[in-house]
Amino acid sequence: MNKFSDEQFIQPRICAGASQILLIAEQNLIFCSRPQRKRFGMEEKMREELLKIIERNSRIDLKELAVILGVEEIDVVNELQALEDEGIICGYHTMIDWEKTSIEKVSALIEVRVTPQRGQGFDNIAERVYKYPEVTSVYLISGGYDLLVTLEGKSLKEISGFVSDKLSTLDSVLSTATHFILKKYKDHGTILTKKYEDTREKVSP
Amino acid sequence: MRDMLSKQAVGLKPSGIRKFFDIVSEMEDAISLGVGEPDFDTPWHIRDEGIYSLEKGRTFYTSNSGLAELRQEISNYIKRKQGVVYDPQHEVLITVGGSEAIDIGLRAVINPGDEVLIPQPSFVSYEPCAIMAGAVPVIIELKEENEFRLTAKELEDAITEKTKMLILPFPNNPTGAIMERKDLEEIAEVIRKHDILVMSDEIYAELTYKDKHISIVEMEGMRERTILINGFSKAFAMTGWRLGYACGPREILEQMTKLHQFAIMCAPTTSQYAAVEALRNGDEDVREMCMAYNQRRRYLMNAFREMKLSCFEPFGAFYVFPCIKEFGMTSEEFAERFLEEEKVAVVPGTAFGDCGEGYLRISYAYSLDNLKLAIGKLADFVARLRAEA
Repeated sequence: MNKFSDEQFIQPRICAGASQILLIAEQNLIFCSRPQRKRFGMEEKMREELLKIIERNSRIDLKELAVILGVEEIDVVNELQALEDEGIICGYHTMIDWEKTSIEKVSALIEVRVTPQRGQGFDNIAERVYKYPEVTSVYLISGGYDLLVTLEGKSLKEISGFVSDKLSTLDSVLSTATHFILKKYKDHGTILTKKYEDTREKVSP
Repeated sequence: MRDMLSKQAVGLKPSGIRKFFDIVSEMEDAISLGVGEPDFDTPWHIRDEGIYSLEKGRTFYTSNSGLAELRQEISNYIKRKQGVVYDPQHEVLITVGGSEAIDIGLRAVINPGDEVLIPQPSFVSYEPCAIMAGAVPVIIELKEENEFRLTAKELEDAITEKTKMLILPFPNNPTGAIMERKDLEEIAEVIRKHDILVMSDEIYAELTYKDKHISIVEMEGMRERTILINGFSKAFAMTGWRLGYACGPREILEQMTKLHQFAIMCAPTTSQYAAVEALRNGDEDVREMCMAYNQRRRYLMNAFREMKLSCFEPFGAFYVFPCIKEFGMTSEEFAERFLEEEKVAVVPGTAFGDCGEGYLRISYAYSLDNLKLAIGKLADFVARLRAEA
């Protein structure tokens, strides 16, 4: 990891002579060992690489993560901490194909048209919706409707109950359209229906 | 019946890979680290373009040298990457993989008895293609102490009055070695001095893990004496599409186009349409794959360090080339025993030239999980060998 690639460091404010630059360098080195000095953390490119890896595998061993990124383990720990502090990493979830369990789950997408409120836009109504624990996501959408709400419930009845009793009765909700999910082929970038199979010749030049 | 076969063809040694392949393919449950092609699928948008071309009924021959559109894209691509301009009309030829370009490139310039310099360890095709073109192959043995780069001195020492061409196989299969600007400048000087041609096989150009790839054609006076070979197999994970290309001076390309025309007619049409899409919209795919390869490369280098297996750090392609001299076995013995005892296939370095003795080619065109499993077995095997000693 190159800690000296930060432009602000390469162009120090006062550069009287080599010894002084060295002095500034030393001071900055002390600073950048503290995680809160994010400016001196990982390069942007490596940060992206780190995020891409853990987005696909958040259980990856820290030591292994450091090895494949070519940095020290402590740098990975600091960077992850910084990413959490900045709210860039918001959680570590597990992808589960509930279909394969004996637990009954029903998911639905609901298109919601609402009247935005003066001074608040859509934020207030979105908040009222996302506070329900059965709601798994709420997006503000461009196009024919305003909010896309995804919902998980135990049964069809539970979901329709939520829509008719809770969602539709909110003052600013104009209309809803509920779509039940019948089968998940791919979720969060992962294909659920097929396993990777290596069909290459076993040895080739 | 009289002896009907070509003495030259009969005289060719069968590929060392083939022999090993036969053993491995009989073992059902073997894990392989012996593959010389990407593990990624061809990105979907590229495949989709191939499918679309079939749907549209684009199933006819293209012009001999390939789709004009594709040649234009290749010309743009090389200009973007290497800063060198090739005229898409006369200086770009679409071939059936880089392999065909190697074959016809040699046949286009060789007269009987011309010497062709082939640095080894390297890809298995150069030597037989040179022989079949009527050349005398002259092997330059690359050394681990030079990180398997070609040095100006090694080149200078191998050149005679008969030397016609140097084959430059970097980034290298099987060593993973690269040539950096300084290395290229030094050999370019020798090449100019002795007035020889270069065939630069840059099929792994997109897969480098230090700085971006530099081509010999960027060096002064090299463009006019170089056949630049590249293709879609490695960069875009398109091995089965069989699509490569050659760029070079018009006089040489004209001869190559003739050979291509009579032997092949044209490269597969479907593949050519897919390749246009690859060059137009494939940069991000290449970047992602390159990033994944690099992570695996770092993983392997670290694993070798941990098991104290000597290996120079390669910065190109998707191979590592660890040294197994400490075990007092030949590469083939090591690979065979490793396969037998641990059911993991690696390719003995000797499959890529005699000077590959004492080395193994390990491919990292595998998922990290797969590599972990296989490398764990290698660590066990190495520990067992050391305990025996």
